Amino acid sequence: MTMRDQELSQERETLREGSHFLESLESNQDTRLSKMLARPNFRFTPSIDQVGIQSRTSRLSKRSIKKESKLSGLKLALSMIDLTTLEGQDTEGKVRQLCEKAKRPLSGEFSKLGITVPHVAAVCVYPRFVKTASDTLRGTGIHVASVATAFPSGNSSLEVKIADTQYAIDQGADEIDMVISRGDFLRGEYNKVYDEIALLKEVCKDVHLKVILETGELSTLDNVRKASDIAMYAGADFIKTSTGKVSPAATPEVTLVMLEAIRDFYQRTGKMIGMKPAGGIRDSKTALFYLVMVKETLGPNWLTPDWFRFGASTLTNDLLMQITKQLTGFYQSPDYFSLD
Amino acid sequence: MQPTEQNFDFKTGTIYAPAPESTSFVELKGRYDLFINGEFAPSTSGRTFKTINPATEVSLAEIAEGNAKDVDLAVQAAKTAYEKTWSKISAKERAKYLFRIARLIQEKSREFAIIESMDGGKPIRESRDIDIPLAAAHFFYYAGWADKLDYAFPGKKVAPLGVAGQIIPWNFPLLMAAWKIAPALATGNTVVLKPAETTPLTALKLAELFQEAELPKGVVNIVTGAGETGAALVSHPDVQKIAFTGSTEIGKLIQKTVAGTNKSTTLELGGKAANIVFEDAPLDQAVEGIVNGIFFNQGHVCCAGSRLFVQEGVADLVIQKLKHRMSSLIVGDPLDKNTDIGAINSKEQLSKIQMLVNAGVDEGGCLYQTSSTLPDRGFWFRPTLFTEVSQSHRIVQEEIFGPVLTIQTFRTIEEVIEKANNTPYGLSAGVWTDKGSKIFTLTSKMRAGVVWANTYNQFDPTSPFGGYKESGMGREGGLHGLAPYLKFVN
Repeated sequence: MTMRDQELSQERETLREGSHFLESLESNQDTRLSKMLARPNFRFTPSIDQVGIQSRTSRLSKRSIKKESKLSGLKLALSMIDLTTLEGQDTEGKVRQLCEKAKRPLSGEFSKLGITVPHVAAVCVYPRFVKTASDTLRGTGIHVASVATAFPSGNSSLEVKIADTQYAIDQGADEIDMVISRGDFLRGEYNKVYDEIALLKEVCKDVHLKVILETGELSTLDNVRKASDIAMYAGADFIKTSTGKVSPAATPEVTLVMLEAIRDFYQRTGKMIGMKPAGGIRDSKTALFYLVMVKETLGPNWLTPDWFRFGASTLTNDLLMQITKQLTGFYQSPDYFSLD
Repeated sequence: MQPTEQNFDFKTGTIYAPAPESTSFVELKGRYDLFINGEFAPSTSGRTFKTINPATEVSLAEIAEGNAKDVDLAVQAAKTAYEKTWSKISAKERAKYLFRIARLIQEKSREFAIIESMDGGKPIRESRDIDIPLAAAHFFYYAGWADKLDYAFPGKKVAPLGVAGQIIPWNFPLLMAAWKIAPALATGNTVVLKPAETTPLTALKLAELFQEAELPKGVVNIVTGAGETGAALVSHPDVQKIAFTGSTEIGKLIQKTVAGTNKSTTLELGGKAANIVFEDAPLDQAVEGIVNGIFFNQGHVCCAGSRLFVQEGVADLVIQKLKHRMSSLIVGDPLDKNTDIGAINSKEQLSKIQMLVNAGVDEGGCLYQTSSTLPDRGFWFRPTLFTEVSQSHRIVQEEIFGPVLTIQTFRTIEEVIEKANNTPYGLSAGVWTDKGSKIFTLTSKMRAGVVWANTYNQFDPTSPFGGYKESGMGREGGLHGLAPYLKFVN
């Protein structure tokens, strides 16, 4: 057997395993069928007027958050952070350090002053670092999220995506951040995108599935709305704007469109879906503005880390700086806040 | 009770912590006199009236009440200024003064915004972001026209009319003053302005600004007072031009008064605008536009989109979304930066709104109001919707001038055009659809001066504004806004 033949036979083997998996899923005909019937026609999702969305976000950005509501909002924002590191140069040491930051965002000095802050919601890493993270975070209540499905492009076979997801879950992830296939979506193959998400949700079972739309590549707000609907009807627990690898990442316009999609979905089905803007939210003022959008679009029920997250890392220290400013009346030097 | 973190818990609270605009640096005198010939002087009768803050019912200042004699003094001052200075100086000089006024308004915009909200009850968000910047923009825009009038109407030579008598309403006090004064001065006319009796303060602050700008004496005179003062101005023989913004009822009275004289008039009167939502519209943005159309400035807007027409297929959905959106509207202190809906301008207006809403209920309309808590003192009205109403209901026909929306459904485009045009008014309209062809069909068939497509209540100095039918005659704003202040010579 030549090398080429060996490669080919290996590939065939992988495919066969994948198709066994698909067959085992298809044996449960009833759920498949009911899911297909529940699938709306995504060619008729509501249209979005960009100018209208911009004027709404601009109006929401003018809400004035002062004093007590500011402090409460800053702490809430901190508790909603998915502390993230998704670099080629990540190491286990770096991930461990990030987990420590997640547990105690503020250094001990400040607790002497009586300043306490909540821990963040989750740590988000690549699958190979999930075990490190989940070991470090055991018993803290902080979730371990892992990106999967050939993150960030999603340009791989379904089998690879399933395997990628399964690996992350086996390593101990309790949240999966998957990417949609933007290629398929932009080609108009909405059913294919839908089926892929539905399939991965079946792989995830109780593990929370966040679906990344990568709005920076979807080009129109109409597409953002359509992709949101597809993800939610297919079984996403959360919808998420971006991978952080494409610019623009989260914008207020995109976030508002997705929040409105969540609201409409809730009003139709009674099922709450979470929201996670990721990338591009760097300061406290912007974070508070996002909370205002959530509050006025979805209501206060969504203002918990269970239903709203920020995918961010630099935001953390700015929030800490503003919280200490609110409580002490002074801005502290950035050197007092740990960089992780 | 001392506010604590829990009181304003961002998560569970329905309110933001109060964020009131400070009034500490606003300078208000206890008493304001008439502004005649560049000086402040008491009225000849010595009579005064109070202007109050509609959000607290507290008196803000005593205002001189001008009578026919005061009006005559003001008109004579304006006439002298027209003959001696304003028609003699070069157009470039006139522009210089207008630019100066515009810049000064910008400089003092914060003070103007706060006074506007105190005197009229409108939320600071609107006076800060809309009223005052637009007022400055109008002066800037018409300053640009002052020395270009020879090119405004090709092949025609133009000349000013003389003294313009201008009467403005209480819903946009400073902005309406700017709409009136800026084109009049740019075209070389002089002005006697009568502000509304409930909201005279920003016009009088504007008079102080004219002094600071060293505008020649008598070019703008401001006579405060109520209906009688206005009537004296309209009937004064030395006034060549009447510009009025207000109710259709008074507009008709003005037309009767000026009949048979050579006075020219522009009237900007009431409205009962149709806001039309098709099923292919971007619905969430349409809902935003509906809210902006009717609840902007507590509905005290002549072009308010007070009659909503929704296409049958999406009516339930739109009403559901609308109610949801209304639940997040914050009614309260106009000076709080988070307030969406402020105080009703006056007690009289509040009882008129209440009377018409009662009529709506009596006639079988289905009433919906938000559950907003209202302050104890002051004049307030909750955002209100009526469904189950038809063309013959009073609330569908009469201008309410408050935060009250009527909702009807329609099936075909012909039907909605017929219903929308079936009103004595014709000031404005809105249309919401994703389809350009529908927009063009609607805009060409609506009998309305302004038709907004996929937006509502957008204003710009370059765009003409005015009505069809009983909504008035003549246009203000843009190139069109110059013509009513000019006569063509040769």
